[in-house]
Amino acid sequence: MSAEKLKLYQVGTFAVGNRLLDADQRTVQARTERSNTLTSGHRACRGCGEALGARYALDAAMRATQGKLVAANATGCLEVFSTPYPESSWQLPWLHSLFGNAPAVATGIAAALKVKGRTDIRVIGQGGDGGTLDIGFACLSGMFERNDDVLYVCYDNEAYMNTGVQRSSATPPAARTANTKPVGDEPGNVFGQGKSAPLIAMAHEIPYVATATVADLHDLEHKIERAMEFRGARYVHILVPCPLGWGSESSETVGIARLAQETGLFPVFEAEAGEVVAVSQIRRQVPVEEYLVAQRRFAHLFGDPPRTDVIADLQARADRNIRRFGLLQEEAV
Amino acid sequence: MERPFAITLDVGSSRANKTGSWRTERPVYVHNLPPCSGACPAGEDVQQWLYDAEEGGGGYERAWRGIMDDNPFPAVMGRVCYHPCETKCNRAQLDEAVGINSVERFLGDEAIAKGWKVEVTAPPSGKRVLVVGAGPSGLSAAYHLVRLGHGVTVYDAGPQAGGMMRFGIPTYRLPRNVLDTEIQRILDLGVDVELNRPVTSVLDEMRAGVFDAVFLAVGAHLGKRAYIPAGSAAKVLDAVSLLRSMESEERPRLGRRVVVYGGGNTAIDAARTARRLGAEEAIIVYRRTRDRMPAHDFEVEEALEEGVLMKWLSTIKHVDHGKLIVERMELDETGFPQPTGELEELDADALVLALGQETDLSLVEGVPGLEVEDGVVSVDSRMMTGCTGIFAGGDMVPAERTVTVAVGHGRQAARNIDAWLRNIDPVSPPDRAPSDFEHLNSWYYTDAPRSVQPQLELARRQSTFDEVVGGLEGSTALYEARRCLSCGNCFSCDNCYGVCPDNAVIKLGGREEPYAFDYDYCKGCGICAAECPCGAIEMVPEEI
Repeated sequence: MSAEKLKLYQVGTFAVGNRLLDADQRTVQARTERSNTLTSGHRACRGCGEALGARYALDAAMRATQGKLVAANATGCLEVFSTPYPESSWQLPWLHSLFGNAPAVATGIAAALKVKGRTDIRVIGQGGDGGTLDIGFACLSGMFERNDDVLYVCYDNEAYMNTGVQRSSATPPAARTANTKPVGDEPGNVFGQGKSAPLIAMAHEIPYVATATVADLHDLEHKIERAMEFRGARYVHILVPCPLGWGSESSETVGIARLAQETGLFPVFEAEAGEVVAVSQIRRQVPVEEYLVAQRRFAHLFGDPPRTDVIADLQARADRNIRRFGLLQEEAV
Repeated sequence: MERPFAITLDVGSSRANKTGSWRTERPVYVHNLPPCSGACPAGEDVQQWLYDAEEGGGGYERAWRGIMDDNPFPAVMGRVCYHPCETKCNRAQLDEAVGINSVERFLGDEAIAKGWKVEVTAPPSGKRVLVVGAGPSGLSAAYHLVRLGHGVTVYDAGPQAGGMMRFGIPTYRLPRNVLDTEIQRILDLGVDVELNRPVTSVLDEMRAGVFDAVFLAVGAHLGKRAYIPAGSAAKVLDAVSLLRSMESEERPRLGRRVVVYGGGNTAIDAARTARRLGAEEAIIVYRRTRDRMPAHDFEVEEALEEGVLMKWLSTIKHVDHGKLIVERMELDETGFPQPTGELEELDADALVLALGQETDLSLVEGVPGLEVEDGVVSVDSRMMTGCTGIFAGGDMVPAERTVTVAVGHGRQAARNIDAWLRNIDPVSPPDRAPSDFEHLNSWYYTDAPRSVQPQLELARRQSTFDEVVGGLEGSTALYEARRCLSCGNCFSCDNCYGVCPDNAVIKLGGREEPYAFDYDYCKGCGICAAECPCGAIEMVPEEI
């Protein structure tokens, strides 16, 4: 009989590592020498997706830059839970200024390093969806438009969680927040509002734009490493579930992110110079109900009687993503 | 110390903040019972030896030694075991069960090729145990007893050791060189075997040989006879005798058309043997339907491939020279076959009866306390009969009659005999919670179809006694081992280490304890448990 090509079928390439894999096939997170840029003792909630996403992204960036990295942070959960005075969870040079100016601060750091001839040191700007899509959007667009040598990472948990779950322009339709008609017949965010930061970033035709989730670590790390191969403005948008704001189990943070990807609600792709070059295919497609029912922010859709019309509209959004990005075929449209 | 303007405290790491105090539940690593290990009649910890086999290279020998701790016949098992482990395998719910049996065979053959040996490390106990019967159960008991430091003598009535493995299983399923090698490995440990040594009274033998304990494993070698009216010239024989005679110099003559009566694995073996002996037609007559046949389906399939014919819903009414009378049956609503009165003639040069086997229990007559029920010897959970110091196992006690069950009896009896001889409590296996498919996070496993074992070409299967099913080659065996999901037991995939938002998993490396939780910082979110592919982490409530 013919010899099978020897692969690791036990976990394939989905798990973080594996004792049987060569070191270069394992993720950065599988290594004992990973930077732990965001170390223990931070005050993020149990099961925080943002804490996880930030360590994933920055550890990968630290490895890609041999530790020559500076981060500028916008105001938000990530900043608050990591640096309650006088403690810091950051194990890299890290700077916080204001809510809305993280892209501009990052630009400034990059400019200063250039002046000093230290372009070997790379700069990351980072923030949540509020600081990125709303408050800091002008600074971000400016940074893109000038093609400043900064990787900006947005940790998207789809609302202002730090201040008590208020709606942002990344909040999905029908999701309940503290200020989107919290009660009444039609609680939850309205349809027809909000924006897609990755698509806007692509419209700037910057060298590299990508989306990722905390559910696919190999993919996330690949995208950070890839982003670090470019000079100029780069943008990585990472979906990070928030157990508190989404009303999900703390243990399900990774699972919920996986469902966001497998329903098609959160398309995972990468783009270079404004064009999509790769799309993560849906591996086991699931209906949006499975994603929605696991989160209390959508609980009003599953009352008696359930709001099948709203669920159908959300399914239509997922289906549109699947069509638009080619999430269910080998080649993207 | 001089501090900048408006700064009153020195900066420090957040590691000063022990977030473990937030916890209401804590994750713990568990070693749950994988369904394969739970289902193994021989008591093998299947998942554990697959874990070693997954590493290939030196892992093969470790895996083999893992099997040998429980079962001295890996190469035999890899051929004749009906692998209940695979029936229970969780991977079947994902794609197909792991080919555990084929990996075991690969390891057994590897051991034979490389000449791996086991040794007796226990100090001599000074106790002597008599084992009656050198079949799978007796040899298994002898192997374990001798490794536990006891002196073992085996008496067997037959001319060669192996019992039903030799005199019941055809060579096309179990080549004799494999059997001989694995038996010799047991004898090399210092087991004393006396062949052609029937035991007529176990009490007399105990006294004569000054034995401290006895393990009885004489098997079931008497073919059951059903009363079928037969003409004087009719050739009727039983399947056990037919299969046994295959081991003698002269091969039995059956004729051109052979009918086998019965629906068990022995009937299949007899029919396939008849085909190989030159019978143009080998017909199995069974009174029920295929789905009710006690024979294993893959064996039925292999027999059909070789041209064995099946006649369902039929009983044999009369046998005569060259032909027999068959009555058609019908299943009633309870599934029991009822006669219809419709008769039919069937040409047959010989009739082979495969209607089950019985044990010759004359050796235990007069043993005080020993109970016999339905033709088999009653034993307790320690495999001890009603007579203190006399244990029994294999086909002569109430259980499924397979080689694997027999080997398991031998192991269990040996451990209990050891405890009884030393007057200590037998070591009972740790109570492990079952690891069901629901405990796994199957997302992390890639689809991987089962590898297929090569089969001998049909022409040679119909005319020779060469082995039908081939072994896996090295890379395929490794692939198959790596299909194991490792249910309920960590296989070091680093998921917990990676997915913890609080860096509260410490990677230690090593097999026994690959990771540890840092409870100073673990907030008890449970992501590690949810994302553990194999269900080796459980959340337990904190005592608050």
